[in-house]
Amino acid sequence: MHQGSVFASPPRSTVAARVVGALLAMLFATCLSGCGAINRVPTLEEQAKSSWSQVQNQYQRRADLIPNLVETVKGYAKQEQDTLTKVVEARAKATSVQVDASTVSDPEKFKQFQDSQNQLSGALGRLLATVEAYPDLKSNQNFLALQSQLEGTENRITVARQDYIGAVRAYNTEIRTIPGRWIASFFYPDAKPMETFTATPNSEKPPNVKF
Amino acid sequence: MRRIAVQGLRRVLIAPLALLLFVLCAGLVQAAEPEFPPLDGRVTDAAGVLPPEIRERITGKLKAHEDKSGDQLVVATVPSLQGLTVEEYANRLFRAWKLGETKRNNGALLLVAPTNRKVRIEVGYGLEGAITDAVSKAIITTAIIPKFKQGDIPGGIEAGADAILSIMAGDAEQWQRRAPVRSDSVNGIEVVFWIVLILFLIVIVWRMNGGGGPGGRRRGRGGMVVFPMPSSGGWSGGFSGGGGGFSDGGFSGGGGSSGGGGASGDW
Repeated sequence: MHQGSVFASPPRSTVAARVVGALLAMLFATCLSGCGAINRVPTLEEQAKSSWSQVQNQYQRRADLIPNLVETVKGYAKQEQDTLTKVVEARAKATSVQVDASTVSDPEKFKQFQDSQNQLSGALGRLLATVEAYPDLKSNQNFLALQSQLEGTENRITVARQDYIGAVRAYNTEIRTIPGRWIASFFYPDAKPMETFTATPNSEKPPNVKF
Repeated sequence: MRRIAVQGLRRVLIAPLALLLFVLCAGLVQAAEPEFPPLDGRVTDAAGVLPPEIRERITGKLKAHEDKSGDQLVVATVPSLQGLTVEEYANRLFRAWKLGETKRNNGALLLVAPTNRKVRIEVGYGLEGAITDAVSKAIITTAIIPKFKQGDIPGGIEAGADAILSIMAGDAEQWQRRAPVRSDSVNGIEVVFWIVLILFLIVIVWRMNGGGGPGGRRRGRGGMVVFPMPSSGGWSGGFSGGGGGFSDGGFSGGGGSSGGGGASGDW
């Protein structure tokens, strides 16, 4: 900051000294009272990032459940090969999308992530709808356990997405409004607005896994 | 004449209409946030479906378990889900009540909405390893729903609470493996920032008092020294105390949270 120059040339008279002193005091008052605001940009950024990793975790958790689900369904519903293949393909596509912390500030990558996950949701929903026709499968213990885990994971995804949307809203508002905007441009030039989920017809509701 | 009357009428009407609009908007905003019953004990029976002796009995079991392990299970019945899904309602109620400890997030909620015929076990982050979704679902389908279907709501609730407690107790000795999710640690940069700032202030005060100045200047008359507190300015924000906790008298949540773990069912 520019206090250095003030130090370099000590004031000549006591009046000047008092004026400079008062100015410095005011500067520090501003600085100190701004501390909450100064820390708020990175604090909100970290919160949004941690919410994002929750979202990622829950989607990953769903992806991890799918191979087991596909294996179980395969044993009972061989005719549904086509639907199964689509789920496997959608999963492969969703997991191949490279996701990290930078994804959230890259609209292109974020859209890719969201689209691939939505596609997987759709394929999964169709698979679980076909299961309706197989009473043996529906009463299989392994399948029931998987089904409840999948339901739970979809619910966790919903919660994680809501938390993320809320955290990003707070962060984006902070860096787009004054004084957060000034603070961000001065102290945190790297702070970029983050992407958030857009509601697509199927994405807000978890695929229907009720039987 | 008529025009004047219309104008007068308009003037008279506009203010109340604006007020009405404002109230309506406020009402809409309020409607978005459901009203939760106050947490008035380990068994909060807002729907009024539990006889007192059963409520006492369940409360005793829940308290015994919490005293032993710290895990906080709360049973709640609500008269209405207020238009939300049982999953959403349970998660928001859990977070409003802050069940479980802040660091360990070891709370769980058994929610029953008799009028909506919905039941849910909502599990805090820290207990997800013990009460998995599959286990929650099994408890609901095997212990709770059969009794509910016979019309025995209190029996179903007690059976559900017993089952959850037994799962928690089985896991209690291994609670160390539950990683504390979402615990906030002190930011190192923040500490350094404050140290630098305080040192800086000391230097300023010293210089303003003429400590290092080249002779002549009187000590202690350099100018005003103002020590503003961080909270005195316009935008301080950021530092709020960690609320909640377990007081001796009343009963409250400890600051825990849930990410939607658990399972739900209907009958």
